[in-house]
Amino acid sequence: MTPLLELKECTVQFGGLKAVSGLNFTVNKGDLLGLIGPNGAGKTTVFNLITGVYQPTAGEIFFDGESVVGHPPYKITGRGIARTFQNIRLFSSLSVFDNVRAACNMHLRHGVSHALWRGAAFDDEEREVEKTVVELLEIFKLDHLRDTQATSLPYGDQRRLEIVRALATRPKLLLLDEPAAGMNPTEKLELMRLIRFTQERFGLAVLLVEHDMRVVMGICERIAVLDYGIKIAEGSPEVIRSNPKVIEAYLGE
Amino acid sequence: MSTRPKTWLAVAAVVSLLIAWFEKSFNPYYDDIVISIGINIILAVGLNLVNGYTGQFSLGHAGFMAVGAYLSAAMTVFVGSSFGNFTGGPTIAFISALIVGGLGAAVAGLAVGVPSLRLKGDYLAIVTLGFGEIIRVVLQNMEVVGGPRGFPIPVRPTNFFWTYLAAAIAIYVVVLLVNSTYGRGFLTVRDDEIAAEAMGINTTKYKVQAFVIGAFFAGIAGGLYAHFKQFITPEGFNFLRSVDIVVIVILGGMGNTPGVIAAAVLLTILPEGLRAFAAWDALPVWVAQIIRNRMILYSLLLIVLMLTRPQGLFVGSGKFTKWLKSKRT
Amino acid sequence: MTEFLQQLINGLALGSIYALIALGYTMVYGVLRFINFAHGDVYMVGAFAGFYAAPWVAKIFPGDQSGAYTWSVIAGAVTVLLISMLVCAILGITIERLVYKPLRNRPRLTVLITAIGVSIFLQNFGQFLFGADPQFFPEILPDRAIEGLGELTVTVNQVVVLVVTMALLVGLRFVVMKTKMGTAMRALSFNPVAASLMGINNNVIISFTFGLGSALAAAAGILNAISYPSIDPLMGILPGIKAFVAAVLGGIGNIPGAALGGFIIGILETMVVGYVSPMYRDAIAFAVLILILLFKPSGLLGSAEREKV
Repeated sequence: MTPLLELKECTVQFGGLKAVSGLNFTVNKGDLLGLIGPNGAGKTTVFNLITGVYQPTAGEIFFDGESVVGHPPYKITGRGIARTFQNIRLFSSLSVFDNVRAACNMHLRHGVSHALWRGAAFDDEEREVEKTVVELLEIFKLDHLRDTQATSLPYGDQRRLEIVRALATRPKLLLLDEPAAGMNPTEKLELMRLIRFTQERFGLAVLLVEHDMRVVMGICERIAVLDYGIKIAEGSPEVIRSNPKVIEAYLGE
Repeated sequence: MSTRPKTWLAVAAVVSLLIAWFEKSFNPYYDDIVISIGINIILAVGLNLVNGYTGQFSLGHAGFMAVGAYLSAAMTVFVGSSFGNFTGGPTIAFISALIVGGLGAAVAGLAVGVPSLRLKGDYLAIVTLGFGEIIRVVLQNMEVVGGPRGFPIPVRPTNFFWTYLAAAIAIYVVVLLVNSTYGRGFLTVRDDEIAAEAMGINTTKYKVQAFVIGAFFAGIAGGLYAHFKQFITPEGFNFLRSVDIVVIVILGGMGNTPGVIAAAVLLTILPEGLRAFAAWDALPVWVAQIIRNRMILYSLLLIVLMLTRPQGLFVGSGKFTKWLKSKRT
Repeated sequence: MTEFLQQLINGLALGSIYALIALGYTMVYGVLRFINFAHGDVYMVGAFAGFYAAPWVAKIFPGDQSGAYTWSVIAGAVTVLLISMLVCAILGITIERLVYKPLRNRPRLTVLITAIGVSIFLQNFGQFLFGADPQFFPEILPDRAIEGLGELTVTVNQVVVLVVTMALLVGLRFVVMKTKMGTAMRALSFNPVAASLMGINNNVIISFTFGLGSALAAAAGILNAISYPSIDPLMGILPGIKAFVAAVLGGIGNIPGAALGGFIIGILETMVVGYVSPMYRDAIAFAVLILILLFKPSGLLGSAEREKV
């Protein structure tokens, strides 16, 4: 079986600095892989690499068996990779509803001419989109906030909305960038439940970058550890927990 | 739902036609102002799609207007007579001239939009300014359309009906486009380009579309203008003309179409009112001089507005206010 | 060959003007990350400050009827230059304090629009104050061609322009590299937050930067006016834009880059006028801008900035 996502010897260099070097890992269908590492280990860079924001200096990235290197981000999303951002990037002038609606954009069959003509086909499609969005918002209990401006939501809701928005692109693989950042322990528990639920409900593979060890250890079946852009360990939570290299990277000498 | 906007457009067309019926009895001075308002509405509504909704600050709108004005004028002067004198011939000639002007400007918009895509904010503003100036320099060196001396147009087919029909179409296109799932894409480009790309939105396509549509209407406005003033010069489409339109959009509130329309009306009337006011004997000479220079007023207006009300004079939805507040980067 | 050398010399003189203006753009961009659209108009005010100061200065340092370069003449010219630089430094600082400072931390677009507003205001208020018609800048330094160069025509003023520009560049380099203010300026452009944590008063540095940049623009205004004495309130628009292009060409935010860019644009412009057609004099800068932004947006000496995701 070909893996859903495969990184082969990926290296990213900014000037003299190797942010990621010789990285290999795979994500299979239905996986929930955790990517951890100390600050500045290159975790977000890996996300930017996969989603086409950065180009690898060397190496290959395959998604569904095809290379995605060199494709613009929107095309990569079109292939079925969606993401959230570490520093929440919602569309700030749009409502909760419109944030999700905008993410349905790439599956539209109609463009400018239909928007102007407003025929039956246009109406049907707009209704379809509305239905999808409302359903998603209901699942994530955001439907009562649909007309609220996205950026005026509480922090936890904003993180949730980012996940909903990513799901609206109908991904096969969901990349979550530090979703637990800034949350209190109760919220974190709720988030863990939410991630598991999302994964099962939508049949997704999830790649989770997270700082909080408890969250990662709690839900991931497999964990890869990055330090200074190099993968130093990979395995089940138990293996990772007892790996001396990981302990050293996290606790120092 | 789907028929309403189209009905509305038809109503606008009929109303313009009815008013146009009585146009001949209007005082020519007011007729001039009313048509100028209509032309400014077309320009500002089109620019609002680029600057307001898509967040791509363009300072070269007068350049597109120039392309439309000169192309349509050239059509009328060099090709128009071949439409003969059959019934409706001149009208068909005029409409084709307008459309050719609009399409020509749209092509220019494409030419500006594509290379400018990699640029943001300040850089984009200056490159579009540069393109506008290049267009002007090129026109100044085209002897066939009179070069710097200007280009006379022998007929004046622009009237209330055509102007306001074009304005209604411009408003219709921009409003309906933006208020659709597809059109939300324009706003996502403005809000956060990186997030938009990550949501599968082809930001490049939206930016180019905004430029092309904005330029098309600027071209139409230019054509109407040329066939209204009957004399155009490259200098009439300089940087300050672009600023005029930008001021309208900013005053009205970027991304707020009703506000922009209101601002177009206000800012077209304002200089006329001020001129009348400046003629008042009781005013000291220097006050009258300041008042007569509308650019002093416009520039102060811009500065004060940015300092106190960056969302524009008229608050439509209030969305932009919140957006601005949220964007304290 | 003589022709080429002649164009090169003319280009260097013109480039000096652009270089001096470009420095202001680049320094302000360095500390505030915004393009001060009104900078070209400060250059215009510089020329007018000299225009109004010259008759007063001439009373203290009278000129010489025979056109000789007496000490009095030189002292007078230097005084006019310094007065103009001072006036513009004050103008620059005032504009920043009054208009730009309240807009810090606002979206860049807001600041850009405001800067356009300031630019248009200076142009039109200038028309109101100085009159819209061109004025003739008084001859504060007699001009003549230097003899003994064969077919080459080099005027004293061209040499003066080059020498003064070089002196200002060296002086600026000293200020930026060796003084406390300059170090703080560099720190601020490197990282504003860290700089203020290190006890640097950002407001003072920003004012200083505006003052310095505006003074250099004023110097450019005077240097240009001694060679091309016709001055008017709209004279700053084109040199302003060309100098901006120079700053981008050199890598915006990079001080040596701005100077280099200025000279390149100046030389390029005279070459195009000399060898191609004077028609394209003003279009060439825009063409360069578009090319540089397409192929090397970070400029010749600048470093690329990466947006954080």
